Amino acid sequence: MLKTFHIGGIHPPECKLSAGGKPVVLPVPGQVVIPLSQHAGAPAKLLVAKGDEVRTGMLIAEASGFISARIHSSVSGVVSKIDDVADAGGYRKQAVVIDVKDDVWEDAILREGQTLPTDDLPAEEIIERIKKAGIVGLGGAMFPTHVKLTPPPGCKADVLIINGAECEPYLTADHALMLEKSEEILTGVRLLMQACQVERACIGIENNKRDAIEKLSALAPHYPGVEIVPLKVCYPQGGEKQLIDAITGRRVASGALPISEGAIVDNIGTVFAVYEAIVRNKPLIERVVSVTGKQIKNPCNLRVRIGTPVRHLIEYAGGLPEDTGKIIGGGPMMGRALINADIPVTKGTSGILLIASQEAQRQSSRNCIRCAKCVAICCMGLEPNYLMNISEFKQWELMKKNRVMDCIECGSCSYTCPAHRPILDHIRMGKNEVRKQEARNA
Amino acid sequence: MDFILPAVLSLGLISIISAIVLYIVSKKFEVREDPRIAEIQAILPAANCGGCGYPGCSGFAAACVAASSLDGLLCPVGGAATMTRLAGILGKTVERSDPRIAVLHCNGRCEKRPRLNRYDGLSVCAAASLLYGGETGCSYGCLGMGDCVAVCNFNAIRIHPETLLPEIDEARCTACGACAKACPKQLIRMLKKGPDSHRVYVACMNKEKGAVARKACAAACIACSKCVKICVSQAITLENNLARIDEEKCILCGQCVAECPTSAIVEHIKNKIESC
Repeated sequence: MLKTFHIGGIHPPECKLSAGGKPVVLPVPGQVVIPLSQHAGAPAKLLVAKGDEVRTGMLIAEASGFISARIHSSVSGVVSKIDDVADAGGYRKQAVVIDVKDDVWEDAILREGQTLPTDDLPAEEIIERIKKAGIVGLGGAMFPTHVKLTPPPGCKADVLIINGAECEPYLTADHALMLEKSEEILTGVRLLMQACQVERACIGIENNKRDAIEKLSALAPHYPGVEIVPLKVCYPQGGEKQLIDAITGRRVASGALPISEGAIVDNIGTVFAVYEAIVRNKPLIERVVSVTGKQIKNPCNLRVRIGTPVRHLIEYAGGLPEDTGKIIGGGPMMGRALINADIPVTKGTSGILLIASQEAQRQSSRNCIRCAKCVAICCMGLEPNYLMNISEFKQWELMKKNRVMDCIECGSCSYTCPAHRPILDHIRMGKNEVRKQEARNA
Repeated sequence: MDFILPAVLSLGLISIISAIVLYIVSKKFEVREDPRIAEIQAILPAANCGGCGYPGCSGFAAACVAASSLDGLLCPVGGAATMTRLAGILGKTVERSDPRIAVLHCNGRCEKRPRLNRYDGLSVCAAASLLYGGETGCSYGCLGMGDCVAVCNFNAIRIHPETLLPEIDEARCTACGACAKACPKQLIRMLKKGPDSHRVYVACMNKEKGAVARKACAAACIACSKCVKICVSQAITLENNLARIDEEKCILCGQCVAECPTSAIVEHIKNKIESC
């Protein structure tokens, strides 16, 4: 029987329209916009000024604090301006705008095919190089990877878990990467094992990616300690705590980090970025993005430079369909609608999903019929209907007691509600209020 | 009949013992409340709005009695009249404070602020602002979903059907500040009501550079600093691309209102909003 997590879960239509396609390299656009806040934590500190010439892979912003990450230029050209630019939510944040000229790479970066020796690299050296390359979690949370690999004192990891579940419907970027760069990913896993000094690594892959499971399983015996674990197709299989439960059976306690159970979880995209950083000395300047949707002509996976406006990706995939209701950054479950198509691709953009107006439209909310579907499917064992009710009455203390902060915002409750109640919106509001209260009390 | 006597005796004994126990307990655990608290509570408006910063009117009454001076304590609903009576009961003095009123610092009506996208989520400003900056190009402006209306205990705010902005009823607003706390964009502030409701304020919170702000909203403060130059009492300063009027220095001459190219500075006269 296939492994899966033990509480809740749903199975929305998979709609993996872009599956099977090898990532196509998208031509470099004429201008890129690189935001300085592409990671969890403090925005990076700017190092370039208007008019500066930059080369591909050059450091343009330094991490500013413990939880922060470096940012590199994804193209070569001239910095045309440094300005506040609207992010996906319309809030304007500092960004570097670069006019592209040729594609001149930094000399230190090795070209495709060349490799640096990696045997016997000490753990600190690997983590340092990951930090230098500005690598963050590419699954969407954008948490700086070097911080994750440096466990707090007293904690020791004993298993590395690689998230190849890609449980979000529509998205196929990790799938495409696993097929195209299987060996590189396995080498990356070995490097990460070296970095966190563990003997065992498990790559969890949902069973709807049979080809990836077969290909990686065939290669895995050459990489000691690496296991491929096929998983049941169930959303949110790729959630950190869910994946740890599915693969190891360990339950991370409420409010605790995965490291408390000796696990470190990284995404497939992140592993490949780590491989490139260590073996080719290449910073994180491009990523694979699925461009998909039922209306779109040519759903595909693209290898895109960070900072490319989303419009270019959509044009490559056949242009914006007439009847587009929402452009979503990420998948349909956890992604967020973008305010327009000029938003740049950031380190956390796993997909661009176009949804037709009718499908995008939220249905009007009706009264709760107490069917308890949301309770049954909640993967954190919460009572979403109750949390929503008390959120309506602003009972933030009570929400906190009912573990609202455990919510991973997977959206299964809102998805499954037959009365179309905006459950997650209310929970998110409650989480924000609880966070504010905690900040006040701190 | 011989069952009556033991019953009367035993019941009598139990009641005497209970009476003694109750008497001792009531003496021992007596809570002595200052009678002035009840007295003050009687003159407070009983709105329990929390505008004073205490949990309800009884909390405020207790705080007033406990405090050594009344500085910093104010019942915004009752205003100066209530505070004077309250001070009389306590035999303390109260400094005269100007009446205040809630003022919306956004003038981005529909015709001034084009809508660029459509929000179909939960119609609560706090929820929408967690997701994104709003339907227009201005991420500082009013979202118009009425969190302020929902929290107002005095029915003093409504969303105006044409401008789609909250409108504050002069007569009903008590400046309790509940709306200011509820607004996720911090657009409502308690300003001095001004003589005869005459006041001048900057109805904008957009901190972007002029060109960006102007593009998003025709009524935005574009930080041109014309008002700063024309002000005779040096009451206006520019901070973060936004003009700010110092209430203490402003003499309500209205010159800045006439000078402002985008009508971001609003002059309120009586019950009518006048803007150029």
